[in-house]
Amino acid sequence: MEVVLQSLNIPLSVETVCVFTAPVFSAFAAWAAYLLTKEVKGTGAGLTAAVLLAMVPSYISRSVAGSYDNEAVAIFALIFTFYLYVKTLNTGSLFYATLNSIAYFYMVCSWGGYTFIINLIPMHVLLCIVTGRYSSRLYIAYAPLVVLGTLLAALVPVVGFNAVMTSEHFASFLVFIVIHVVALAYYIKGILSPKMFKVAATLVVSVGLVVGCAVIAVLVAVVASSPTKGWSGRSLSLLDPTYASKYIPIIASVSEHQPPTWPSYFMDLNVLAFLVPAGIIACFSPLSDASSFVILYLVMSVYFSGVMVRLMLVLAPAACIMSGIALSEAFDVFTRSIKFYITNLSESLQIDAGDAVPGNGVSPQNDVLKTDKKEDTLKERPSRKNKKKEKETIEKPSVKSKAEKKPLVLPVEASFFALFLTVLLGGFYVVHSVWAAAEAYSAPSIVLTSHSHDGLHVFDDFREAYAWLSHNTEVDDKVASWWDYGYQTTAMANRTVIVDNNTWNNTHIATVGTAMSSPEKAAWEIFNSLDVKYVLVVFGGLVGYPSDDINKFLWMVRIGGGVFPHIKEPDYLRDGQYRIDSQATPTMLNSLMYKLSYFRFVETDGGKGYDRVRRTEIGKKHFKLTHFEEVFTTHHWMVRIYKLKPQKNRIRGKTKKSKSKTSFTTTPRSGTTKKNPWH
Amino acid sequence: MAKISIATVFMALISLLLTLTHSFSTENPTDRRILVLLDDLALKSSHSIFFNSLQSRGFELDFKLSDDPKIALQRYGQYLYDGLILFSPTTERFGGSLDVAAVLDFVDSGKDLIVAADASASDLIRSIAAECGVDFDEDPSAVVIDHGSYAVSGTEGDHTLIAADDFIKSDVLLGSTKIEAPVLFKGIGHSLNPTNSLVLKVLSASPSAYSANPKSKLSTPPSLSGSSISLVSVVQARNNARAVFSGSLDLFSNKFFKSPVQKVGSSNKYAKSGNEQFVTELSKWVFHERGHLKAVNVKHHKVGETDEPAIYRINDDLEYSVEIYEWSGSSWEPYVANDVQVQFYMMSPYVLKTMSTDKKGLYHASFKVPDVYGVFQFKVEYQRLGYTSLSLAKQIPVRPFRHNEYERFIPTAFPYYGASFSTMAAFFIFSFVYLYSK
Repeated sequence: MEVVLQSLNIPLSVETVCVFTAPVFSAFAAWAAYLLTKEVKGTGAGLTAAVLLAMVPSYISRSVAGSYDNEAVAIFALIFTFYLYVKTLNTGSLFYATLNSIAYFYMVCSWGGYTFIINLIPMHVLLCIVTGRYSSRLYIAYAPLVVLGTLLAALVPVVGFNAVMTSEHFASFLVFIVIHVVALAYYIKGILSPKMFKVAATLVVSVGLVVGCAVIAVLVAVVASSPTKGWSGRSLSLLDPTYASKYIPIIASVSEHQPPTWPSYFMDLNVLAFLVPAGIIACFSPLSDASSFVILYLVMSVYFSGVMVRLMLVLAPAACIMSGIALSEAFDVFTRSIKFYITNLSESLQIDAGDAVPGNGVSPQNDVLKTDKKEDTLKERPSRKNKKKEKETIEKPSVKSKAEKKPLVLPVEASFFALFLTVLLGGFYVVHSVWAAAEAYSAPSIVLTSHSHDGLHVFDDFREAYAWLSHNTEVDDKVASWWDYGYQTTAMANRTVIVDNNTWNNTHIATVGTAMSSPEKAAWEIFNSLDVKYVLVVFGGLVGYPSDDINKFLWMVRIGGGVFPHIKEPDYLRDGQYRIDSQATPTMLNSLMYKLSYFRFVETDGGKGYDRVRRTEIGKKHFKLTHFEEVFTTHHWMVRIYKLKPQKNRIRGKTKKSKSKTSFTTTPRSGTTKKNPWH
Repeated sequence: MAKISIATVFMALISLLLTLTHSFSTENPTDRRILVLLDDLALKSSHSIFFNSLQSRGFELDFKLSDDPKIALQRYGQYLYDGLILFSPTTERFGGSLDVAAVLDFVDSGKDLIVAADASASDLIRSIAAECGVDFDEDPSAVVIDHGSYAVSGTEGDHTLIAADDFIKSDVLLGSTKIEAPVLFKGIGHSLNPTNSLVLKVLSASPSAYSANPKSKLSTPPSLSGSSISLVSVVQARNNARAVFSGSLDLFSNKFFKSPVQKVGSSNKYAKSGNEQFVTELSKWVFHERGHLKAVNVKHHKVGETDEPAIYRINDDLEYSVEIYEWSGSSWEPYVANDVQVQFYMMSPYVLKTMSTDKKGLYHASFKVPDVYGVFQFKVEYQRLGYTSLSLAKQIPVRPFRHNEYERFIPTAFPYYGASFSTMAAFFIFSFVYLYSK
């Protein structure tokens, strides 16, 4: 793209591309949401959904300018893949089916969340088959996706043979077999007479059962032989929300992988959370293949978002689509009833008195238009267009259907009032989204700000520390820190780190966790074996920055203990409580993390050592470091950098200058004196 | 997507870390200028054999009284001397700018040291020794007494003149000629922490020795006894600075050098004690005339090539070579040993191989890169008793196969190739038949 634009004399740097990738893709995502919803419930719902998606705070968090992340692209890919699937389902066109596989490939390239697609679509297919909705369109929508999609997915290096080897993909193959069996059954049913079919069915079912059982037995044996049942840790933690915290602390330790709290639903979805049920109801009248797919998508993503905060991102488009459907249906009903009232009114007026017709007849209509326009001209117009289209297509049967729809017509006052409330709801949503985008999701995470009574405070400690590292250390020095700061250190300090945010090497992270949880000497040995020169810790105790390393420390202990069993979590807890005050355990107080965080801390507030995050006085205030030396501490003490002391040139004898130690030196000798012949 | 392993960051970062002594020119590691601090200038004549042997080997000795106010080890940040001999056991304070810290800095910058204590060793000498890991007996009046292996002399005496012959077995430290006669020793003993890997007992006391005040009656068990007493110890610091600690100043004296020796209970009578040979050989070691290694020309390349690559691939066959020489006092001689090992190391050694030598100093090993990628190091950690330690580390990244480095067609997969091509052919024929047959 850059090359094309450069050739057109439009200057464009890589940074610009990085900054604008997410916003551009969020626009694409809105467009894809429009297409998907249009396939499900028509243009009106589609536009409403697109508008909602354009502002949904959950997605804004990933698509603000500068948020150059997989998810920004992946959500577009996800929705677009779903759109193409539904489109194929509706049209039965092999062209769209092929496009669908390519879109799926794009999704595989962009995000690990592609497993959601490859499980959701088979589920929907199975649902259709079970509910007797099998059709050739379903076959065309599904079979090419599995074949082509799997082949393409296997081309992605990260996925590779996982596309056929891991349990995440088994569902798609199982359903692939099922759909073929069903297709065969339908075909045979078509060519055989009913009587013959019955015979054939019993034959096939009995043989099929035997074969099927054998296959399943083999599968179960293969799958059960692997300890994780063939599932990757992240997927297992989705199926069993307690799995990660039990077995893979490294997954559980990520704040994005925690279960969300209720406020986070309101924060990320706002009014959509209340509109979704209405959307589900709308989808059931009437239930089509497409709308059942959207329902399934919603249900699954609600479950997944309940397991991990991060997957709120997958829920957001589903919620937008559902709310879009709900809102557009609501507008549909309200405007129709108002229209119905107006036409009735004008008809009665025409009958009663012909003179007064135009004035009275037009004014309420204008009213409706105005209110609608005020709120959102986009929604109103297409719904009218849609109406026109519908009128054209369903003109003739509409006479009857209109008569059927009559119960849906509400009293005009109620309609106006409801319309007003709906518009108000939409208004709140807009206000909330703008607020969320401005306040919550636009702040950079590397420069922190805080408002207090005496104005705005800026905490630029991270950049200060990284700049120090890049100016004062050798180019090939290695820096050890907890993995959260790995990418930042690599990018901003230009130094090699031991572990970074790419967490695939659990053992490595556990090694660093163990070092941080060990006493100084053991930690020094670990770091020395890793060729580490500097250790970086983040400490918020002075300014009250809560996400510092002491608060993350238990995870370091857990992750370290998961690989190196001599690190035991209970050693760091006093009666099951995590504390750093005078009640803390000796193991905790002697751990490297404690020492590096609180070294010289007591000097800051005249001997009290009050930690503002933990809101307590620290347990051990005066201590010296023997194997590490402090080389840099930032302005607000948020980042502290230590250097490993080199190994001592000489090993000192036990005798010190002071004579007071004489007794100490002679006591351990008592053991050897027994050999003394003079004794 | 872009999961970058640490490996790529290390690309092209190859550093050679040669931990040779930086005390003297690496080309000529033997000390030249030595400061001798004496309690009493009379020592200059009473220990003249030792000093003369040093001077005859080319050392410039600078004699000073230990309380001379003009003593300075360095001027303008440059050390004036390469070695220091402290024959001043009773000095409580040095003159000039010299103190314990200055002496230790001298050692920490790679210079060498000989310290001789005596029965009345001062706290100053004791603390210098303690900082280097040598603990002289705390009791100021204690000396080493040995009723089992004292030197026979005219008078009965109190058995404090010891004939010690329990030498460390090391040709590097004590030369290749065996010291036949026992070494006369009269002074205090010291102990070493057994976990301290940097100090070595060169001359140990016999099992019947103990450390006590010979004039008073022994009321409590002596704090030091038996062969745990060390009479003479050497220290080689991590930067290869060397030091000798002797509990006896008389060990170096002309009197002891020349006196005949007979160990009690032994019929062998030697006309001359082993002191001269012992001290001379030890001084050769401590002033880097022996046992100093250097490693040069670290090379590695793939088998069949000569250029050093910036990166290896897993399962490459490679050759590693290094040249190791030993300083003989006047020139670099090839070092011959059969225990030099090279490690291919990433947090732990993946390959550990003993290198073969061509007896001309070149050590060579060839091995296969393990089937693990990451940032490795070629490591040679060579620490042998008496020799300076060699620790070479050279970083080298190892990458996995590239996509086009896998085998394109493997024989086991021929059924599958056959299947796919026959399917294509069949499909073509089928469509042809289907479309054009009536």
